[in-house]
Amino acid sequence: MYTRKECVAMLLAGGQGSRLYALTQDMAKPAVPYGGKYKIIDFPLSNCVNSGIDTVGVLTQYQPLVLNDYIGNGQPWDLDKQYGGAHCLPPYQTALGAEWYKGTANAIYQNIAFVDRYNPEYVIILSGDHIYKMDYNQMLEFHKAKNADATIAVQNVPIEEASRMGIMIADDECNITDFEEKPAHPRSTLASMGIYIFTWKKLRQYLIDNENNPDEDKDFGKAIIPNMLNAGEKLVAYTFSGYWKDVGTLDALWDANMDILNPTIPIDLYDPDWKMYSRNPVLPPQYIGPEATVENSMVSEGCIIDGKLDNSVIFEGVTVEKGAVVTDSVIMTGSVVKAGAVVEYAIVGENSVIESGAHIGARPESCENRDDWGIAVIGHKVTVSEGQVVGAKQMIPDVKKK
Amino acid sequence: MSLNKKVLGIIFANMHEEVVPELTRERTMGSVLFGGRYRLIDFTLSNMANSGVDEVGIVTKSNYQSLLDHIGSGREWDMARKNGGLHLLPPFSNVTSGIYRGRLEALYGVSDFIKSSDAEYVIMSDCDVAATIDYNAVFEAHVKSGADITAVYASSNLTLESAAHSNVFGIDESGRVNNVMINPQISGECNVSLNIYVISKTLLMSMILDGAANGIYSFAKSILQARCGDYKIMGYKHEGYFSKITSVKTYYDANMALLCTENRKSLFNDEFPIYTKVLDNPPAKFDIGAKVKNSLIADGCIIEGTVENSILFRGARVGKGAVVRDSIIMQDTVIGKKCEISCVITDKAVNISDQKILGGSKNYPIYIGKKAQI
Repeated sequence: MYTRKECVAMLLAGGQGSRLYALTQDMAKPAVPYGGKYKIIDFPLSNCVNSGIDTVGVLTQYQPLVLNDYIGNGQPWDLDKQYGGAHCLPPYQTALGAEWYKGTANAIYQNIAFVDRYNPEYVIILSGDHIYKMDYNQMLEFHKAKNADATIAVQNVPIEEASRMGIMIADDECNITDFEEKPAHPRSTLASMGIYIFTWKKLRQYLIDNENNPDEDKDFGKAIIPNMLNAGEKLVAYTFSGYWKDVGTLDALWDANMDILNPTIPIDLYDPDWKMYSRNPVLPPQYIGPEATVENSMVSEGCIIDGKLDNSVIFEGVTVEKGAVVTDSVIMTGSVVKAGAVVEYAIVGENSVIESGAHIGARPESCENRDDWGIAVIGHKVTVSEGQVVGAKQMIPDVKKK
Repeated sequence: MSLNKKVLGIIFANMHEEVVPELTRERTMGSVLFGGRYRLIDFTLSNMANSGVDEVGIVTKSNYQSLLDHIGSGREWDMARKNGGLHLLPPFSNVTSGIYRGRLEALYGVSDFIKSSDAEYVIMSDCDVAATIDYNAVFEAHVKSGADITAVYASSNLTLESAAHSNVFGIDESGRVNNVMINPQISGECNVSLNIYVISKTLLMSMILDGAANGIYSFAKSILQARCGDYKIMGYKHEGYFSKITSVKTYYDANMALLCTENRKSLFNDEFPIYTKVLDNPPAKFDIGAKVKNSLIADGCIIEGTVENSILFRGARVGKGAVVRDSIIMQDTVIGKKCEISCVITDKAVNISDQKILGGSKNYPIYIGKKAQI
């Protein structure tokens, strides 16, 4: 029969990403486009493949249609396997009834049978919320070398950011001694990245115990990790110092896109040794017209650029007409910026149309009060009518108000 | 196929490779790079896929490593199938096949493959033409006209040189081919054959076996030309962009023609996508100081210099201060800083070091071979 898998990945991809508002109305956060041709989930998936992990359960719940379609049989990531590969795992009905995933831990609990099929020694828990390139295999080696029951990837963050994150307190040997969720007065700067490696046998038992205790949250951060700590299990912190960004807010998503254009920021998508895989569109090369100017930008297949682009990330099949100006912005797949329109400091979703003369977004220096400034956002399949002005921080459709 | 008749596709990957010996030194005609991200075979293979021809044999002869790499299992064309799908047919693959001299002999070499298909019709195509053609429409016309053979042609203004590598049809008012000229000494507006034919499998098999018995190997000479009056050969006119490669110069012009919007619209049409091998390149990156005008740029390119009227294939790099004009820069070519390149075709993975000046002319572009270091 087949050999067992050493390590199986479980990717939590059911999150709504509610703070991405207009962009996550009909898709889950991991399906949000990023970086000209990717979706956020391409990063953990590609990391898995590049780390030699070939069995990935993708746990979907919120608006799974886009994600299920995107993952398909996993072929774009080489995850179409006879044994293993990528599997979308939505909540399902059992003889005892049906229920939603009630939390991160419950989502894994409901899929114990999936993991058991591969009889793995270890399980790595990932989320589809972050942009980063990481060799999970090194983390696994660390877990083994430390003989740990759980290894939590952490990043050293500035102390002022620590109170917004889950903070690990660890000794010199990397042993985690305590854990605090969003502490007012952080005792450490090691923030959890939401990446966990567990020895499966241990985790399996903690998941069952957690499920059987109706008073507990069904969540890794709130229940499983504290429970393991209290029981004296060996938890270690694995420090990762590479680029890692939560793209949970519109500003952060915009920032992370701008990071690719910044040569001093180490998120190199062109590294042949750590390829980022994605589902590729079938489109011809992009055409840059005779009067176009394109500087410090990324542009994808199928685009037709006749206007001016500066410091922007342009997804596949976007048209920027003559006389249109796009600066410091992200324009997603299939959108059109018509002649004379201006888009600055903005995110434009998929298949939207910016009619001529419209003006989206504003430069930070144009706002008297810096707090009034923020990027402008146009959702998916929106038409911004001729001459319409969408100011800084505004959003169409304005789902915040609902 | 729309008429619920099964059609078998046969693609000749090596035919005409002698017209561009530089480009086919290490590859078949079908695997010659074209249009920024394609190989020539992608066009006819995508036409087949888009027209519902889902059983295809690719006849090859020699030099086919790059073709195998490119095609793989045929997945990108949705042709990795349990039933039908893609079949590579190299020479010496069975007792009847060897190095062939002409199309009929090549078909004889793969006659077992043709026989084993349950298709009623066969569509044959070479790889020297880039065009988006609805083969369904060709097929419908074939059935409707009751032709023995339907041959696709296009109206084109031929030079003496390109006519010498083309077949030209005379066509009467009813659309029937009444005259076939092979490599004629003519120039001007002609009905040039695109070497795409629809024929019933039964008739084709009898031609193949007849040819083998009588030592006849050329389909063009011994069937189309010699028996033009016996068989009902109907022409099917392709309108819109096409390019037929007959020399390095026509290859250059055909690529450059894609800078014209009308041609691009004809070749790249949403309903007839052109599939090709996926390379998982990131988007193209334009650096600060990049100046790009009137060019086709594929993904994975990193441009720091100036690019005008050029085609950059996937993964090409243009260094700071470099100027690339009127050139075709193939996959993974690196052009160093402050180079000046004009009217140049660089094959794959060429490396041009800093400050080099290379120039051809539009009627005689310079070709630089695969992996050359300059």
